[in-house]
Amino acid sequence: MRDVAVIGIGMNKWGEVWEKSISDLIAESALLALDDAGLDKVDAMYIGCMSSGLFTDQEHLGSIGPDYAGICPTPGTRVESACASGGAAIRSGFLHVASGASDIVMVVGVEKMTDVDGAKATFALATAADQEYEVFHGVTFPGLYAMMANHHMNKYCTTRDQLAQVAVKNHKNGKLNPLAQFQMDVTLDQVKNAVMVSDPLTILDCSPITDGAAAVILCPADKAKSISKKRVVKVKGSGHASDTIQLAQRKDLSYLKSTEIAAKKALEMAGRKIGDINFAEVHDCFTIAEIMVVEALGAVEVGKGGPATMDGVTAVDGKFPVNASGGLKSKGHPVGATGVAQIVELVKQIRGTAEKGRQVKNANIGLAQNMGGSGASSVVHILEGE
Amino acid sequence: MSSPRNWRGMPQRYRLEAAKCKKCGKVLFPPRLVCPECHGREFEPTHIGNTGKVETFTVIRVAPSGFTDQAPYAVAIVNVGDGVRILCQVADVEPEELAIGMPVKLEFRKVQSDGESGVISYGYKAVPVF
Ligand SMILES: [Zn+2]
Repeated sequence: MRDVAVIGIGMNKWGEVWEKSISDLIAESALLALDDAGLDKVDAMYIGCMSSGLFTDQEHLGSIGPDYAGICPTPGTRVESACASGGAAIRSGFLHVASGASDIVMVVGVEKMTDVDGAKATFALATAADQEYEVFHGVTFPGLYAMMANHHMNKYCTTRDQLAQVAVKNHKNGKLNPLAQFQMDVTLDQVKNAVMVSDPLTILDCSPITDGAAAVILCPADKAKSISKKRVVKVKGSGHASDTIQLAQRKDLSYLKSTEIAAKKALEMAGRKIGDINFAEVHDCFTIAEIMVVEALGAVEVGKGGPATMDGVTAVDGKFPVNASGGLKSKGHPVGATGVAQIVELVKQIRGTAEKGRQVKNANIGLAQNMGGSGASSVVHILEGE
Repeated sequence: MSSPRNWRGMPQRYRLEAAKCKKCGKVLFPPRLVCPECHGREFEPTHIGNTGKVETFTVIRVAPSGFTDQAPYAVAIVNVGDGVRILCQVADVEPEELAIGMPVKLEFRKVQSDGESGVISYGYKAVPVF
Protein backbone atom coordinates (compact mmCIF):
# COMPACT_ATOMS: atom_id res chain seq x y z
CA MET A 1 0.00 0.00 0.00
CA ARG A 2 1.30 3.46 -0.88
CA ASP A 3 0.57 6.76 0.88
CA VAL A 4 -2.46 8.71 -0.34
CA ALA A 5 -3.11 12.48 -0.31
CA VAL A 6 -6.15 14.69 -0.86
CA ILE A 7 -5.39 17.22 -3.61
CA GLY A 8 -8.82 18.62 -4.33
CA ILE A 9 -11.98 19.47 -2.38
CA GLY A 10 -15.34 20.75 -3.61
CA MET A 11 -18.58 21.64 -1.89
CA ASN A 12 -21.41 24.08 -2.53
CA LYS A 13 -23.91 25.51 -0.05
CA TRP A 14 -26.27 22.89 1.34
CA GLY A 15 -29.98 23.33 1.93
CA GLU A 16 -33.30 22.86 0.18
CA VAL A 17 -32.11 23.17 -3.39
CA TRP A 18 -35.29 22.62 -5.38
CA GLU A 19 -33.92 24.07 -8.60
CA LYS A 20 -31.12 21.52 -8.86
CA SER A 21 -31.27 17.80 -9.71
CA ILE A 22 -29.12 15.07 -8.19
CA SER A 23 -27.00 15.12 -11.37
CA ASP A 24 -26.48 18.90 -10.98
CA LEU A 25 -25.41 18.44 -7.36
CA ILE A 26 -22.87 15.75 -8.27
CA ALA A 27 -21.49 17.75 -11.20
CA GLU A 28 -21.21 21.00 -9.19
CA SER A 29 -19.11 19.47 -6.42
CA ALA A 30 -17.05 17.39 -8.87
CA LEU A 31 -16.13 20.50 -10.89
CA LEU A 32 -15.24 22.47 -7.75
CA ALA A 33 -12.90 19.64 -6.67
CA LEU A 34 -11.32 19.42 -10.14
CA ASP A 35 -10.75 23.20 -10.10
CA ASP A 36 -9.27 23.04 -6.60
CA ALA A 37 -6.81 20.37 -7.76
CA GLY A 38 -6.17 22.04 -11.12
CA LEU A 39 -7.26 18.95 -13.05
CA ASP A 40 -9.88 18.27 -15.71
CA LYS A 41 -10.11 14.51 -15.48
CA VAL A 42 -9.57 11.58 -13.11
CA ASP A 43 -8.91 7.85 -13.55
CA ALA A 44 -11.88 6.58 -11.54
CA MET A 45 -14.83 7.87 -9.56
CA TYR A 46 -16.74 6.65 -6.49
CA ILE A 47 -20.16 8.00 -5.62
CA GLY A 48 -21.44 7.62 -2.07
CA CYS A 49 -25.23 7.76 -1.95
CA MET A 50 -27.72 6.11 0.35
CA SER A 51 -30.98 6.08 -1.53
CA SER A 52 -31.25 8.02 -4.78
CA GLY A 53 -33.90 5.45 -5.75
CA LEU A 54 -36.31 6.24 -2.92
CA PHE A 55 -35.53 9.98 -2.84
CA THR A 56 -35.41 10.72 -6.58
CA ASP A 57 -36.37 7.50 -8.48
CA GLN A 58 -32.86 7.53 -9.95
CA GLU A 59 -30.31 4.73 -9.60
CA HIS A 60 -27.17 4.01 -11.63
CA LEU A 61 -25.11 6.85 -10.21
CA GLY A 62 -22.02 4.98 -11.45
CA SER A 63 -22.95 6.39 -14.85
CA ILE A 64 -24.60 9.67 -13.76
CA GLY A 65 -21.45 10.69 -11.85
CA PRO A 66 -18.84 10.51 -14.63
CA ASP A 67 -21.38 11.54 -17.28
CA TYR A 68 -22.44 14.84 -15.67
CA ALA A 69 -18.89 15.55 -14.46
CA GLY A 70 -18.02 15.43 -18.16
CA ILE A 71 -15.46 12.66 -17.82
CA CYS A 72 -16.93 9.59 -19.59
CA PRO A 73 -15.64 6.88 -20.12
CA THR A 74 -14.09 7.12 -16.59
CA PRO A 75 -15.48 4.22 -14.53
CA GLY A 76 -17.90 5.09 -11.73
CA THR A 77 -18.96 2.96 -8.77
CA ARG A 78 -21.76 3.73 -6.33
CA VAL A 79 -21.07 2.86 -2.70
CA GLU A 80 -23.90 2.42 -0.20
CA SER A 81 -23.77 2.00 3.57
CA ALA A 82 -26.78 4.09 4.63
CA CYS A 83 -25.65 7.39 6.22
CA ALA A 84 -22.04 6.10 6.13
CA SER A 85 -22.14 5.85 2.32
CA GLY A 86 -19.86 8.87 1.94
CA GLY A 87 -17.27 7.56 4.38
CA ALA A 88 -17.40 4.12 2.78
CA ALA A 89 -16.91 5.75 -0.66
CA ILE A 90 -13.88 7.66 0.68
CA ARG A 91 -12.46 4.39 1.95
CA SER A 92 -13.05 2.74 -1.45
CA GLY A 93 -11.27 5.60 -3.21
CA PHE A 94 -8.45 5.53 -0.66
CA LEU A 95 -7.92 1.78 -1.10
CA HIS A 96 -8.11 2.19 -4.87
CA VAL A 97 -5.24 4.71 -4.92
CA ALA A 98 -3.28 2.98 -2.13
CA SER A 99 -3.39 -0.30 -4.04
CA GLY A 100 -1.82 1.31 -7.10
CA ALA A 101 -4.76 0.38 -9.34
CA SER A 102 -5.24 4.05 -10.36
CA ASP A 103 -3.48 7.34 -9.61
CA ILE A 104 -6.20 9.97 -9.56
CA VAL A 105 -9.55 9.04 -8.00
CA MET A 106 -12.50 11.31 -7.29
CA VAL A 107 -14.98 10.56 -4.51
CA VAL A 108 -18.34 12.34 -4.55
CA GLY A 109 -21.01 12.03 -1.88
CA VAL A 110 -24.55 13.11 -2.66
CA GLU A 111 -28.14 13.01 -1.47
CA LYS A 112 -31.11 14.85 -2.93
CA MET A 113 -33.74 14.54 -0.19
CA THR A 114 -36.33 17.29 -0.69
CA ASP A 115 -38.00 15.95 -3.83
CA VAL A 116 -40.20 13.85 -1.50
CA ASP A 117 -42.39 14.91 1.45
CA GLY A 118 -41.43 14.47 5.10
CA ALA A 119 -43.20 11.12 5.68
CA LYS A 120 -41.58 9.62 2.57
CA ALA A 121 -38.16 10.96 3.58
CA THR A 122 -38.64 9.49 7.07
CA PHE A 123 -39.53 6.16 5.44
CA ALA A 124 -36.53 6.27 3.08
CA LEU A 125 -34.16 6.98 5.99
CA ALA A 126 -35.75 4.20 8.04
CA THR A 127 -34.66 1.65 5.41
CA ALA A 128 -31.22 1.89 7.09
CA ALA A 129 -32.80 -0.02 10.00
CA ASP A 130 -34.07 -3.62 10.02
CA GLN A 131 -37.28 -3.66 7.96
CA GLU A 132 -38.79 -6.73 9.62
CA TYR A 133 -37.95 -6.17 13.28
CA GLU A 134 -37.60 -2.40 13.63
CA VAL A 135 -39.33 -0.50 10.82
CA PHE A 136 -42.25 -2.97 10.84
CA HIS A 137 -43.16 -1.74 14.31
CA GLY A 138 -43.21 1.91 13.24
CA VAL A 139 -39.92 3.03 14.72
CA THR A 140 -38.04 5.88 13.03
CA PHE A 141 -34.41 7.03 13.18
CA PRO A 142 -35.18 9.75 15.69
CA GLY A 143 -37.02 6.98 17.57
CA LEU A 144 -33.99 4.66 17.64
CA TYR A 145 -31.65 7.44 18.78
CA ALA A 146 -34.26 8.59 21.31
CA MET A 147 -34.18 5.11 22.83
CA MET A 148 -30.39 5.27 22.94
CA ALA A 149 -30.69 8.70 24.60
CA ASN A 150 -33.11 7.44 27.26
CA HIS A 151 -30.82 4.50 27.94
CA HIS A 152 -27.77 6.78 28.21
CA MET A 153 -29.61 9.26 30.45
CA ASN A 154 -30.78 6.43 32.71
CA LYS A 155 -27.40 4.71 32.91
CA TYR A 156 -25.08 7.72 33.21
CA CYS A 157 -27.40 10.51 34.43
CA THR A 158 -26.85 12.39 31.16
CA THR A 159 -29.16 15.42 31.25
CA ARG A 160 -31.56 17.04 28.79
CA ASP A 161 -29.40 20.20 28.93
CA GLN A 162 -26.26 18.26 28.01
CA LEU A 163 -28.00 16.86 24.91
CA ALA A 164 -29.18 20.35 23.95
CA GLN A 165 -25.68 21.78 24.42
CA VAL A 166 -24.48 19.66 21.46
CA ALA A 167 -26.95 21.51 19.24
CA VAL A 168 -26.08 24.90 20.74
CA LYS A 169 -22.35 24.33 20.15
CA ASN A 170 -22.74 22.98 16.62
CA HIS A 171 -25.06 25.80 15.55
CA LYS A 172 -22.58 28.31 16.96
CA ASN A 173 -19.92 26.80 14.67
CA GLY A 174 -22.24 26.36 11.70
CA LYS A 175 -23.29 30.02 11.92
CA LEU A 176 -19.77 30.86 10.73
CA ASN A 177 -19.78 28.30 7.91
CA PRO A 178 -21.15 29.85 4.70
CA LEU A 179 -21.87 26.39 3.26
CA ALA A 180 -24.08 25.34 6.20
CA GLN A 181 -27.82 24.89 5.77
CA PHE A 182 -28.70 26.67 9.04
CA GLN A 183 -26.35 29.55 9.80
CA MET A 184 -28.02 30.56 13.04
CA ASP A 185 -27.62 30.24 16.77
CA VAL A 186 -30.00 28.21 18.90
CA THR A 187 -30.30 28.41 22.70
CA LEU A 188 -30.65 25.61 25.25
CA ASP A 189 -34.27 26.64 25.84
CA GLN A 190 -35.06 26.72 22.12
CA VAL A 191 -33.71 23.18 21.70
CA LYS A 192 -35.53 21.81 24.74
CA ASN A 193 -38.83 23.53 23.97
CA ALA A 194 -38.94 22.81 20.23
CA VAL A 195 -41.52 20.44 18.75
CA MET A 196 -41.06 16.93 20.15
CA VAL A 197 -40.15 14.39 17.46
CA SER A 198 -39.46 11.33 19.57
CA ASP A 199 -39.11 11.74 23.33
CA PRO A 200 -36.70 13.09 24.57
CA LEU A 201 -35.49 14.41 21.18
CA THR A 202 -37.02 17.58 19.75
CA ILE A 203 -36.71 18.75 16.17
CA LEU A 204 -33.63 20.79 17.22
CA ASP A 205 -31.92 17.62 18.48
CA CYS A 206 -32.23 16.17 14.96
CA SER A 207 -30.12 16.87 11.88
CA PRO A 208 -32.23 18.27 9.05
CA ILE A 209 -33.35 16.94 5.67
CA THR A 210 -30.87 18.39 3.17
CA ASP A 211 -29.92 18.45 -0.50
CA GLY A 212 -26.20 18.53 -1.06
CA ALA A 213 -23.02 17.02 -2.38
CA ALA A 214 -19.30 17.13 -1.66
CA ALA A 215 -16.26 15.88 -3.55
CA VAL A 216 -12.59 15.14 -2.95
CA ILE A 217 -9.77 14.08 -5.26
CA LEU A 218 -7.18 11.58 -4.08
CA CYS A 219 -3.74 10.81 -5.51
CA PRO A 220 -0.52 9.06 -4.48
CA ALA A 221 1.17 11.25 -1.82
CA ASP A 222 4.49 11.35 -3.72
CA LYS A 223 2.74 12.91 -6.74
CA ALA A 224 0.71 15.49 -4.81
CA LYS A 225 3.30 18.28 -5.00
CA SER A 226 3.70 17.97 -8.75
CA ILE A 227 -0.08 18.40 -9.21
CA SER A 228 -1.00 21.02 -6.62
CA LYS A 229 0.79 23.85 -4.80
CA LYS A 230 -1.54 23.61 -1.80
CA ARG A 231 -0.48 22.05 1.49
CA VAL A 232 -0.26 18.27 1.16
CA VAL A 233 -2.85 16.55 3.33
CA LYS A 234 -2.33 12.80 3.68
CA VAL A 235 -4.93 10.17 4.47
CA LYS A 236 -2.97 8.41 7.19
CA GLY A 237 -5.56 6.03 8.58
CA SER A 238 -8.77 4.34 7.49
CA GLY A 239 -10.95 2.05 9.63
CA HIS A 240 -14.34 0.48 9.03
CA ALA A 241 -16.50 -1.81 11.16
CA SER A 242 -20.03 -3.17 11.38
CA ASP A 243 -22.46 -4.00 14.16
CA THR A 244 -25.88 -5.70 14.30
CA ILE A 245 -28.44 -3.86 12.21
CA GLN A 246 -30.95 -4.15 15.06
CA LEU A 247 -30.29 -1.85 17.98
CA ALA A 248 -32.05 -4.36 20.28
CA GLN A 249 -29.39 -7.01 19.56
CA ARG A 250 -26.41 -4.93 20.76
CA LYS A 251 -24.81 -5.85 24.06
CA ASP A 252 -25.01 -2.21 25.22
CA LEU A 253 -27.88 -0.08 23.93
CA SER A 254 -25.99 3.21 24.20
CA TYR A 255 -22.46 2.27 23.21
CA LEU A 256 -21.23 2.48 19.59
CA LYS A 257 -18.99 -0.57 19.32
CA SER A 258 -18.51 -0.25 15.54
CA THR A 259 -17.18 3.29 16.03
CA GLU A 260 -14.76 2.13 18.72
CA ILE A 261 -13.40 -0.59 16.42
CA ALA A 262 -13.23 1.59 13.28
CA ALA A 263 -11.37 4.27 15.27
CA LYS A 264 -8.91 1.76 16.71
CA LYS A 265 -8.15 0.44 13.23
CA ALA A 266 -7.69 3.92 11.76
CA LEU A 267 -5.49 5.10 14.63
CA GLU A 268 -3.37 1.97 14.39
CA MET A 269 -2.86 2.49 10.65
CA ALA A 270 -1.93 6.13 11.25
CA GLY A 271 0.41 5.19 14.12
CA ARG A 272 -1.46 7.62 16.34
CA LYS A 273 -3.32 7.67 19.66
CA ILE A 274 -6.61 9.47 20.20
CA GLY A 275 -4.70 12.03 22.29
CA ASP A 276 -2.71 13.00 19.17
CA ILE A 277 -5.86 14.10 17.33
CA ASN A 278 -6.18 17.91 17.14
CA PHE A 279 -9.86 18.03 16.05
CA ALA A 280 -12.68 15.83 14.77
CA GLU A 281 -15.73 15.88 12.55
CA VAL A 282 -18.22 13.31 13.86
CA HIS A 283 -21.64 11.97 12.95
CA ASP A 284 -24.02 14.09 15.07
CA CYS A 285 -27.17 12.97 13.24
CA PHE A 286 -28.81 13.54 16.65
CA THR A 287 -27.42 15.36 19.68
CA ILE A 288 -27.09 12.09 21.63
CA ALA A 289 -25.06 10.61 18.74
CA GLU A 290 -22.20 13.11 19.18
CA ILE A 291 -22.07 12.31 22.90
CA MET A 292 -21.91 8.56 22.23
CA VAL A 293 -19.34 9.00 19.42
CA VAL A 294 -16.84 11.00 21.48
CA GLU A 295 -17.14 8.28 24.12
CA ALA A 296 -16.61 5.44 21.60
CA LEU A 297 -13.61 7.23 20.09
CA GLY A 298 -12.03 7.26 23.54
CA ALA A 299 -11.79 11.06 23.55
CA VAL A 300 -13.74 11.14 26.83
CA GLU A 301 -14.61 8.48 29.39
CA VAL A 302 -17.70 6.38 28.61
CA GLY A 303 -20.69 8.06 30.24
CA LYS A 304 -18.94 11.45 30.45
CA GLY A 305 -19.80 12.73 26.95
CA GLY A 306 -22.60 14.90 28.31
CA PRO A 307 -20.62 16.73 31.03
CA ALA A 308 -17.63 17.06 28.65
CA THR A 309 -19.85 18.85 26.13
CA MET A 310 -21.22 21.15 28.84
CA ASP A 311 -17.67 21.93 30.01
CA GLY A 312 -16.57 23.02 26.53
CA VAL A 313 -14.18 20.11 25.87
CA THR A 314 -15.62 19.75 22.35
CA ALA A 315 -15.89 23.49 21.55
CA VAL A 316 -13.70 24.98 18.80
CA ASP A 317 -11.25 26.22 21.45
CA GLY A 318 -11.64 23.13 23.65
CA LYS A 319 -9.30 20.23 24.29
CA PHE A 320 -10.94 18.05 21.64
CA PRO A 321 -12.81 20.30 19.15
CA VAL A 322 -15.72 18.47 17.52
CA ASN A 323 -17.71 19.58 14.49
CA ALA A 324 -16.17 22.99 13.88
CA SER A 325 -18.05 22.85 10.56
CA GLY A 326 -21.39 22.94 12.38
CA GLY A 327 -21.73 19.18 12.10
CA LEU A 328 -24.69 17.41 10.58
CA LYS A 329 -26.87 19.39 12.97
CA SER A 330 -26.23 22.84 11.50
CA LYS A 331 -24.38 22.17 8.24
CA GLY A 332 -27.12 19.73 7.15
CA HIS A 333 -27.20 15.99 6.54
CA PRO A 334 -27.64 14.96 2.91
CA VAL A 335 -26.94 11.43 4.08
CA GLY A 336 -24.66 10.09 1.32
CA ALA A 337 -22.74 13.40 1.13
CA THR A 338 -21.97 13.72 4.84
CA GLY A 339 -18.94 11.41 5.01
CA VAL A 340 -17.29 13.14 2.04
CA ALA A 341 -18.06 16.62 3.41
CA GLN A 342 -16.31 15.65 6.65
CA ILE A 343 -13.12 15.03 4.63
CA VAL A 344 -13.59 18.37 2.83
CA GLU A 345 -13.76 20.04 6.25
CA LEU A 346 -10.67 18.24 7.59
CA VAL A 347 -8.67 19.41 4.56
CA LYS A 348 -9.95 22.99 4.97
CA GLN A 349 -8.96 22.99 8.62
CA ILE A 350 -5.52 21.47 7.97
CA ARG A 351 -4.88 23.92 5.13
CA GLY A 352 -5.89 26.65 7.59
CA THR A 353 -8.61 27.98 5.29
CA ALA A 354 -11.68 27.54 7.53
CA GLU A 355 -13.56 30.75 8.32
CA LYS A 356 -12.41 32.93 11.21
CA GLY A 357 -13.98 31.93 14.50
CA ARG A 358 -14.33 28.28 13.54
CA GLN A 359 -10.75 27.61 12.40
CA VAL A 360 -9.21 25.24 14.96
CA LYS A 361 -5.77 26.40 16.18
CA ASN A 362 -2.90 24.08 15.21
CA ALA A 363 -5.24 21.85 13.21
CA ASN A 364 -2.72 19.40 11.82
CA ILE A 365 -4.20 15.98 12.59
CA GLY A 366 -7.95 15.53 12.09
CA LEU A 367 -10.32 12.62 12.50
CA ALA A 368 -13.59 12.03 10.62
CA GLN A 369 -16.22 9.58 11.86
CA ASN A 370 -19.23 8.71 9.69
CA MET A 371 -21.93 6.30 10.81
CA GLY A 372 -24.71 4.27 9.19
CA GLY A 373 -28.09 3.55 10.76
CA SER A 374 -28.16 3.39 14.55
CA GLY A 375 -24.41 2.69 14.48
CA ALA A 376 -24.60 -0.55 12.49
CA SER A 377 -21.69 0.64 10.34
CA SER A 378 -19.01 3.17 11.08
CA VAL A 379 -16.09 4.56 9.09
CA VAL A 380 -13.18 6.55 10.55
CA HIS A 381 -10.46 8.40 8.66
CA ILE A 382 -7.42 10.25 9.95
CA LEU A 383 -5.88 13.05 7.89
CA GLU A 384 -2.58 14.73 8.57
CA GLY A 385 -0.90 17.79 7.10
CA GLU A 386 2.64 17.39 5.84
CA MET B 1 -45.84 -4.26 3.09
CA SER B 2 -46.05 -6.85 0.32
CA SER B 3 -48.07 -10.06 0.78
CA PRO B 4 -45.04 -12.41 0.61
CA ARG B 5 -43.18 -10.30 3.16
CA ASN B 6 -46.18 -10.27 5.47
CA TRP B 7 -46.59 -14.07 5.15
CA ARG B 8 -42.87 -14.75 5.68
CA GLY B 9 -42.81 -13.03 9.06
CA MET B 10 -45.84 -14.85 10.52
CA PRO B 11 -43.99 -17.61 12.48
CA GLN B 12 -42.18 -14.93 14.49
CA ARG B 13 -44.89 -12.28 14.63
CA TYR B 14 -47.80 -14.64 15.39
CA ARG B 15 -46.11 -17.40 17.38
CA LEU B 16 -42.81 -15.89 18.63
CA GLU B 17 -40.86 -18.78 17.06
CA ALA B 18 -37.13 -18.68 17.78
CA ALA B 19 -34.11 -20.99 17.47
CA LYS B 20 -31.73 -22.27 20.15
CA CYS B 21 -28.12 -22.95 19.18
CA LYS B 22 -27.30 -26.60 19.87
CA LYS B 23 -23.65 -25.75 20.50
CA CYS B 24 -23.75 -22.75 22.87
CA GLY B 25 -27.42 -22.49 23.82
CA LYS B 26 -27.91 -18.93 22.55
CA VAL B 27 -31.52 -18.15 21.67
CA LEU B 28 -31.92 -16.35 18.35
CA PHE B 29 -35.01 -14.30 17.55
CA PRO B 30 -35.58 -14.31 14.65
CA PRO B 31 -33.87 -17.61 13.79
CA ARG B 32 -30.69 -17.33 11.69
CA LEU B 33 -28.62 -19.73 9.61
CA VAL B 34 -25.54 -19.29 11.78
CA CYS B 35 -25.05 -18.46 15.46
CA PRO B 36 -23.22 -15.10 15.80
CA GLU B 37 -21.73 -16.22 19.14
CA CYS B 38 -20.15 -19.59 18.24
CA HIS B 39 -20.77 -19.99 14.48
CA GLY B 40 -22.80 -23.13 15.14
CA ARG B 41 -25.25 -24.06 12.42
CA GLU B 42 -27.54 -26.50 14.20
CA PHE B 43 -30.55 -25.26 16.09
CA GLU B 44 -33.60 -26.60 17.86
CA PRO B 45 -36.91 -24.77 17.62
CA THR B 46 -38.04 -22.79 20.64
CA HIS B 47 -40.15 -19.75 21.53
CA ILE B 48 -39.26 -16.48 23.17
CA GLY B 49 -41.07 -15.66 26.39
CA ASN B 50 -44.13 -13.40 26.28
CA THR B 51 -43.28 -11.34 29.32
CA GLY B 52 -40.36 -9.00 29.96
CA LYS B 53 -39.11 -5.63 31.10
CA VAL B 54 -38.69 -2.34 29.24
CA GLU B 55 -34.97 -1.55 28.80
CA THR B 56 -35.55 1.71 26.95
CA PHE B 57 -38.42 3.45 25.20
CA THR B 58 -39.61 6.48 23.26
CA VAL B 59 -42.81 8.03 21.98
CA ILE B 60 -42.95 8.43 18.20
CA ARG B 61 -44.65 11.76 17.46
CA VAL B 62 -43.48 12.16 13.85
CA ALA B 63 -44.32 8.88 12.14
CA PRO B 64 -43.18 7.38 8.84
CA SER B 65 -45.59 6.80 5.96
CA GLY B 66 -47.88 3.89 6.95
CA PHE B 67 -48.03 4.95 10.61
CA THR B 68 -49.00 8.62 10.44
CA ASP B 69 -52.58 7.96 11.60
CA GLN B 70 -51.35 6.12 14.73
CA ALA B 71 -49.02 8.84 16.07
CA PRO B 72 -48.23 9.43 18.86
CA TYR B 73 -47.38 5.86 19.85
CA ALA B 74 -44.89 4.27 22.24
CA VAL B 75 -42.05 2.01 21.15
CA ALA B 76 -39.75 0.09 23.49
CA ILE B 77 -36.91 -2.38 23.57
CA VAL B 78 -38.09 -5.21 25.80
CA ASN B 79 -35.88 -7.84 27.43
CA VAL B 80 -37.90 -11.09 27.26
CA GLY B 81 -35.29 -13.27 28.98
CA ASP B 82 -32.88 -15.91 27.64
CA GLY B 83 -30.65 -13.04 26.45
CA VAL B 84 -33.25 -11.88 23.92
CA ARG B 85 -34.36 -8.28 23.42
CA ILE B 86 -37.06 -7.24 20.98
CA LEU B 87 -38.31 -3.90 19.72
CA CYS B 88 -42.07 -3.39 19.57
CA GLN B 89 -44.82 -0.90 20.27
CA VAL B 90 -46.24 -0.52 23.74
CA ALA B 91 -50.04 -0.36 23.67
CA ASP B 92 -52.59 0.66 26.30
CA VAL B 93 -50.20 3.06 28.00
CA GLU B 94 -49.98 6.81 28.49
CA PRO B 95 -46.58 8.28 27.52
CA GLU B 96 -45.95 9.54 31.07
CA GLU B 97 -46.53 6.01 32.49
CA LEU B 98 -43.61 4.57 30.48
CA ALA B 99 -40.46 3.81 32.44
CA ILE B 100 -37.27 1.82 32.16
CA GLY B 101 -37.73 -1.41 34.12
CA MET B 102 -41.51 -1.46 33.60
CA PRO B 103 -42.87 -5.04 33.42
CA VAL B 104 -44.81 -5.84 30.23
CA LYS B 105 -46.38 -8.80 28.47
CA LEU B 106 -46.65 -9.40 24.74
CA GLU B 107 -50.10 -9.50 23.15
CA PHE B 108 -51.28 -10.23 19.61
CA ARG B 109 -52.39 -6.98 17.98
CA LYS B 110 -52.84 -5.23 14.66
CA VAL B 111 -49.54 -3.43 13.90
CA GLN B 112 -50.04 -1.87 10.47
CA SER B 113 -53.00 -1.49 8.17
CA ASP B 114 -53.76 -0.22 4.69
CA GLY B 115 -50.21 -0.02 3.36
CA GLU B 116 -49.78 0.45 -0.38
CA SER B 117 -50.76 -3.20 -1.02
CA GLY B 118 -53.74 -3.14 1.34
CA VAL B 119 -52.24 -5.83 3.58
CA ILE B 120 -53.19 -5.71 7.27
CA SER B 121 -50.22 -6.89 9.36
CA TYR B 122 -50.57 -8.38 12.83
CA GLY B 123 -47.91 -9.09 15.39
CA TYR B 124 -46.86 -8.61 18.99
CA LYS B 125 -47.16 -5.45 21.03
CA ALA B 126 -46.18 -5.01 24.64
CA VAL B 127 -48.80 -3.97 27.19
CA PRO B 128 -48.03 -2.93 30.78
CA VAL B 129 -48.52 -5.43 33.60
CA PHE B 130 -49.72 -3.57 36.69
ZN1 LIG C 1 -23.98 -20.72 19.31
